[in-house]
Amino acid sequence: MLIKYLFAKNEEIPAGSSAVFFGFSAIFWFVVGTGLGSFNAAKLAFPDWVTGTEMFAFGHMRQVHVLAVILGWISMAFAMTMMYMTPALGNTKLWSEKLGLWNAFLWNVGLSLGLFLLWMGITSGREYSDLIWPVDLVVIFGVLVPLIVNVVMTIAHRRTQGIYITNWFFGACTFMVTVVVIVGQSPELFNLTGLTEAYMTFWHAHNLLGLWITPVAAAIAYYTIPKLTGNPLYSHRIGHLHFWSIIAFYSTPASHHLMSAPLPEWLKSFASVEGVLILIPAVAFVANILLTMKGKWSLFVENIETKFSITGVLLAIPLNMQGGFQQTRAINWYVHGTGWIVAHAHLALLGMSTFLEIAAVYFGLQQILRRKLYSLALANFHYWFVLIGFCIYWISMTIAGLIQGAGKIYEVPYIDVVVAEHPYMIARWVGGTMVFTGNLVWLYNMYMTAREGTVVPAGRYAHEMAYER
Amino acid sequence: MAFQQYKLGAAGIGGMLGLSMCITLMFPSFDFRSAESTWVGLDKSLSNGRVIGFSYEDPTVVGAGKPITVILDKDPKTGEKIDPPMRAYVYEPGVPFAAAVRHPANTGPTVSQLSLNVGKMAEATEASGAVFGIGRGEVNGKEWDYIENLTALKGWSPADTLRAASDENTRYVGKGKTVYITEGCWWCHTLLPEQTQDWQVFGAPPMLGDFNGEMPTAFGSDRKAPDILHVASRNSSREWMNMHFFNPRLVQPNSIMPRFDYLWGETDAHGNKIDFDKWRAEYKEYRAGTRVYPPEIPEYAADTEVRALVDWVLTSLK
Repeated sequence: MLIKYLFAKNEEIPAGSSAVFFGFSAIFWFVVGTGLGSFNAAKLAFPDWVTGTEMFAFGHMRQVHVLAVILGWISMAFAMTMMYMTPALGNTKLWSEKLGLWNAFLWNVGLSLGLFLLWMGITSGREYSDLIWPVDLVVIFGVLVPLIVNVVMTIAHRRTQGIYITNWFFGACTFMVTVVVIVGQSPELFNLTGLTEAYMTFWHAHNLLGLWITPVAAAIAYYTIPKLTGNPLYSHRIGHLHFWSIIAFYSTPASHHLMSAPLPEWLKSFASVEGVLILIPAVAFVANILLTMKGKWSLFVENIETKFSITGVLLAIPLNMQGGFQQTRAINWYVHGTGWIVAHAHLALLGMSTFLEIAAVYFGLQQILRRKLYSLALANFHYWFVLIGFCIYWISMTIAGLIQGAGKIYEVPYIDVVVAEHPYMIARWVGGTMVFTGNLVWLYNMYMTAREGTVVPAGRYAHEMAYER
Repeated sequence: MAFQQYKLGAAGIGGMLGLSMCITLMFPSFDFRSAESTWVGLDKSLSNGRVIGFSYEDPTVVGAGKPITVILDKDPKTGEKIDPPMRAYVYEPGVPFAAAVRHPANTGPTVSQLSLNVGKMAEATEASGAVFGIGRGEVNGKEWDYIENLTALKGWSPADTLRAASDENTRYVGKGKTVYITEGCWWCHTLLPEQTQDWQVFGAPPMLGDFNGEMPTAFGSDRKAPDILHVASRNSSREWMNMHFFNPRLVQPNSIMPRFDYLWGETDAHGNKIDFDKWRAEYKEYRAGTRVYPPEIPEYAADTEVRALVDWVLTSLK
């Protein structure tokens, strides 16, 4: 166990320890988060399944699913990749392995505490900022600040002249997400009320997605795809177009989440226009990665990490097409608040972002542990279960959303919409359960990799040996 | 000295994020600050208390330290009849005041001046408690709603006011909204009719000043269920609400809303232990068709969470 290194001297901690700690924690939280998702989906399909206990009521479980996935799986997988990619790209060591281990430890403790309190109903009642402010302080000082320090100091101590695009993203996004979290929690910390509170809640929620989850996931692909294919990145300059347009455009459209609220009209219009402009970074990213694959497309079939990575990049296309246009007033009035948005959110988090991270976690754990994947068959099982499960979920929720939208504008009695949605609620549960099953297999596969995987000889990559006995 | 890209980069990131925060946070704050509170905004703020959710006065989020809303049909001091009945917000000694009272600027420039000058709002103290109401006054030819400190203006004490209202006219609105937040009702129900035809079904959208001093606003973003901003205007039956909360399938067979029978607690209004197992068994028979009528739902006790929740729905969501 890595806990023993918490009080070791920094020099005595093996390189990559914090990445391994973060990696396994992330997979664990992914299993927990998708398990809760499957449980919640079952309750929407069959409302009389498990009732009578406050602890297992939908309203107590829903936010635990959301935050377990965002703060547990996605963000910890980001931290894991930062712990091994940042030093690798700077041709140096991580600034402090010990800080990284403490960061992972505090992250797990803080998240467990926060989710337990949420589960008990102790909440601030603000979407995506549900954690009460004492836990928010743990998130800021135990999770985010150590992460920035480690990432930025590693970049500062690099032994390369330039800074690769991935590290630009890592450095900027860790900083920006901290600003976003502090500003987003200010209504609780400073008792800001009313529309200010409502707007800040969605300013935080939007920028958490826009300045943390999607750009860091993209940054990961800028590392994994060149590494796995052996091709250099198609264009570092297009990468910078992506980077700077994210900061300029993605940080502004928060109010498109509140189109029906009495916010200033200029703000909504501004947000709507800026929201379409996110297509610039989106197109830059997808084009850059797909052009990097030139001549190596066979790896999309042969190599499990590339398979995950490219699937994530391809899912970014519908994601950004939806995201850019659904927030304009012309479309927003139809889809807002419906299952369409739920489907879109899962396309971002479970589709694009998760697939890119799974690839990076597979790749990173094998590299750091110097162990070849225990079972390629199980990894393929994982890929297909997550992909098919996600597609069932996404398609069924999109249809359900269109039904809800039609019900909304044609004044259909609400209960008829509920009846019409029922089959899709069952499909959503089936899809979610498949994702959960795939992740259980993944956890087993990675555990067995750490224990019994074939040792990778020095100078070789684990993924090159995938088909060797 | 050699060109150092990270210096330029760091300045660029800081500058762009700063500009973006200027446009999306600072500029809107001018609009928000100038918003004058409406009657709805004052009512919500006064009935919710300082803050709903985790706070110093309510760390376990059970609805502690909240004001009590009462409907008065007679003057608590003189006993004179009040017609039509009025709403008053009773802050017992020690209960923290609403954000609109603690920070008058929250209610907008004109309303806060009226509340302070005409309504004598600043004379109230948390230590001795106070009774607030909503008055109506004229400034520059326009009518405004403002906060009245009824303890200072009419000499109503919190204890007298609660006594005059009796349990029947007492509404635990602040505690009820706390239940709405902790039970996660807002994961499915929204409080924001959208800019579609659903204004005709779910009622008028909220106005600019309807939120001043409210925390959290809990608009909701995911609508798996009807918008309930004006639900009490569509259905004001307490009996229907009780049945719907106990088991929504009693009144709407196709509903997917969870059962909230656990909000009834252990005992009913008469102090008898509620036998949930028996109820469930009988309900099962009813669903199977071997029983003609569903079992009766228990009467809730006066201090239960469900009572507060129904109070909030029927009082606040008009």
